[in-house]
Amino acid sequence: MVERDLVIVGGGSAGMAAAIQAHKDGIKDILILEKDPYLGGILNQCIHNGFGLTEFKEELTGPEYLTRFANQVKELGIEYKTQAMVLDISKDKVITYSSVEDGAVEIKAKAVILATGCYERNAGAIQIPGDRPSGVITAGTAQKYLNLEGYLVGKRVLILGSGDIGLIMARRMTLEGAKVLAVCEIMPYSNGLNRNIAQCLNDYNIPLYLSHSVSKVIGKDRVEKVIVSKVDDKMRFIPGTEMEFECDTLLLSIGLIPNVNVINNTGAEISSTKGTKVDEHMQTSIPGLFSCGNCLHVHDLVDFVSQEGRAAGHGAALYIKGLLEGKEYIKVNPGNGIGYVVPQYIEKNNQEDIALKFRVRKPIKNVDIIIESNNEVIKKLPKLVMIPSEMENIKLPASLMEKIKQGDLNVYLKEKE
Amino acid sequence: MKYDVLVLGAGAVGAMIARNLSRYELKVAVLEKENDVGNVTSMANSAIVHSGYDPVPGTNKAKFNVLGNKMFDEIADDLDVHFSRCGSLTVALYDEQLKILDDLAKRSKENGVEVKILSKEELLAMEPNINPEAKGALFAPTAGIIDPFNLVVHAMENAVDNGVELYLNEEVVDIKKDNQDIKVITRSGKEYIAKIVINATGLASEKITNLVEETDWHITPRKGEYFVLDHYKRGLVNHTIFPLPSEKGKGILVTMTTSNNYLCGPSSESINELDDFSCDGPTLANVRASALEMVPSIPFNQAIRCFAGLRATCTRHDFVIEFAKTLPNFIILGGIESPGLVSSPAIGKYVVEEMVGKLVELKEKSNYNPRVKRYIRPKELSLEERNELIKNNPTYAHILCSCEQVSEGEMLDALSRSVPPRSVKAMKKRVRAGFGKCQGGFCQPHVVNLLAKHYHLSPLDIPYDSINSKIIIARLKEGK
Repeated sequence: MVERDLVIVGGGSAGMAAAIQAHKDGIKDILILEKDPYLGGILNQCIHNGFGLTEFKEELTGPEYLTRFANQVKELGIEYKTQAMVLDISKDKVITYSSVEDGAVEIKAKAVILATGCYERNAGAIQIPGDRPSGVITAGTAQKYLNLEGYLVGKRVLILGSGDIGLIMARRMTLEGAKVLAVCEIMPYSNGLNRNIAQCLNDYNIPLYLSHSVSKVIGKDRVEKVIVSKVDDKMRFIPGTEMEFECDTLLLSIGLIPNVNVINNTGAEISSTKGTKVDEHMQTSIPGLFSCGNCLHVHDLVDFVSQEGRAAGHGAALYIKGLLEGKEYIKVNPGNGIGYVVPQYIEKNNQEDIALKFRVRKPIKNVDIIIESNNEVIKKLPKLVMIPSEMENIKLPASLMEKIKQGDLNVYLKEKE
Repeated sequence: MKYDVLVLGAGAVGAMIARNLSRYELKVAVLEKENDVGNVTSMANSAIVHSGYDPVPGTNKAKFNVLGNKMFDEIADDLDVHFSRCGSLTVALYDEQLKILDDLAKRSKENGVEVKILSKEELLAMEPNINPEAKGALFAPTAGIIDPFNLVVHAMENAVDNGVELYLNEEVVDIKKDNQDIKVITRSGKEYIAKIVINATGLASEKITNLVEETDWHITPRKGEYFVLDHYKRGLVNHTIFPLPSEKGKGILVTMTTSNNYLCGPSSESINELDDFSCDGPTLANVRASALEMVPSIPFNQAIRCFAGLRATCTRHDFVIEFAKTLPNFIILGGIESPGLVSSPAIGKYVVEEMVGKLVELKEKSNYNPRVKRYIRPKELSLEERNELIKNNPTYAHILCSCEQVSEGEMLDALSRSVPPRSVKAMKKRVRAGFGKCQGGFCQPHVVNLLAKHYHLSPLDIPYDSINSKIIIARLKEGK
């Protein structure tokens, strides 16, 4: 069986950043396995701009952003295979993949980085009431048809969910001659970035109905009508509030879910994000198996995906050099108002700065983010506004590590008096 | 065109009849209104090969269920379809239900079905995740699960391989006596003349029979809604789990499927329309609650789809299998609801040998082959076998559906068969691309392009299911 130091599953923004960092850290025997015919992952179809503000201090399109990373991968001579689908990863880090070039291959790796991105929550997952005709399609798939294949999937479009891809697609389809009738969102707040609400809906007079959802899809062959109803605070449809939209397409932008199919057999611990649990080096509960990017938790900015990829690449390099052995960990617990925190574990004697990433459960104003250990507040950050659609990313400096050795780290929100 | 036998409907029953007919020197055609075979009731059901403990003894349901069940090992092998005799458990949750288990055991004996009554301890040993309050169960070891999509497709493929003609998108609008023959007219205006016509149109069997004579029975569609769960870890249940049957049917079951998914359903609601396959929240909530009562740990957050199927429930409370009173060469199959899928091989054999055989001479073909060409499924091969396969055909290395790990080679194979897929859904039913948790989000564009290339069409012309269910509406910059 072929043996490699580091195999990275997925050549998108997380995988490429991880590879580059591991290479910088001295690991030269790296292989990236990418299922598509090209590097870059989902960024290939994200032809709008807004990428790279943190990473490059300029606004790039998706393809521009990925090309900068892909060029580095190539310049460093990091090996990658395209159209190579990973079928399974075992607990002892044997990767099975299938590619036209190599056939079905098993590789034994010292370390594996999972960078497989996410998939879209779809009509099946939320059991949309009514018929199941053609024309109900997830925003990302519609984006692929539009931006990579050159096809428009609908002309009169209703969008369910205010996720960013849906908002971007509202603008994109409008520019291509489709009529986007409305965006409805079951929550009382938007799930997209504010800048996308402004630039993709408001600028094109597309109404956003908050606390509304699809109560019925009607159509035999293709979508004919969609009924939208207001929901109450328990998300039940309120009778008498129905609005009827004649349309040929229902575009779904109702969330993204980490795609971790290939590690099902490893038994790695899974978190509430549906990705794995990790430590500050992005190492999962399986030693030497790392996870980063959208397959760990869904990000709203690719810049943070790259940052997380680097953390995983760095961690994998440490692991391969034998520097992550025999460590003890403390737990990081999400508390009041917080959905999840990545990482879920921190090594007790960690000497480096740590990025704590989390999302609030619902929009909230005038709070302090409290980071507490052993009943001592070790960091307090005031915030005027926080919304679930914007991931918080706060730095926990290495200098504070001395204070958190003793017990779990708790992260929670405290409303100001 | 003139035929010896014309079969109306290419569901499980129509396909099995066609396959049995293809054994003999007969000119046979099958007309199907849908854009694929097995596309209505045969596609949306519990996919259970029932043991036959439940139907009333002496009925057609009891007879064909028990006969059909015994045929499945051979049928599944001949047709290369996934099948597993996993057994079923009919569970009593309350003390007062234990007596009903005894009644069911008696009924099983009358039907000639092997069953065993299990104590609570025996049940919990076999099914650790069952409601711990359960009191006992009726175990039917001969019950099984089948891939219903491949069953119908492969049965029809085998029929076509043996000379049967299949015409899709041909909806019957009129049937006339034509001297000694019968003339069938379709919506497209085509006329088919046959010595014998067999009505296997499922939900439409009453409507189609009424083109010949008025039925003394009626069909009320009974809708059943289901949840499909993703490939959750194995062992949630190891058998098909039924509650006790009621007048509304066999109740809401929990079962694994041949593809290692789990299925919960169906509800049971009489409706008016023959084509209302909609799902609704309150009904699904009831399905969920009933399933959880039986197996409290079902992870409904792993649900990847809901669907609804319609049962052709007949006022006779039994399968109608008879000659038309006024047209003796018109054979009627009506009200084939559950246990229709398991009964279909036995019905197919009976209709051909005992009914068609009364009207024409059945002369066996010398070159009849009951087996379909073997299907290659790389996922089920060892690494060595897989590479041997890939060496000869690299398309088997090109995985297009990541959730279900389906290769381009499998899709091309499906397209090369005698009942090739013409839609994205037809491809999904054959190779499983799009059945996984992304529900085709990633693979659908690949499938559309593959179909377009194969049929020399534009992707704009590729439908999701029916010919009017196109996926793409316009080329870019032609949107207006």
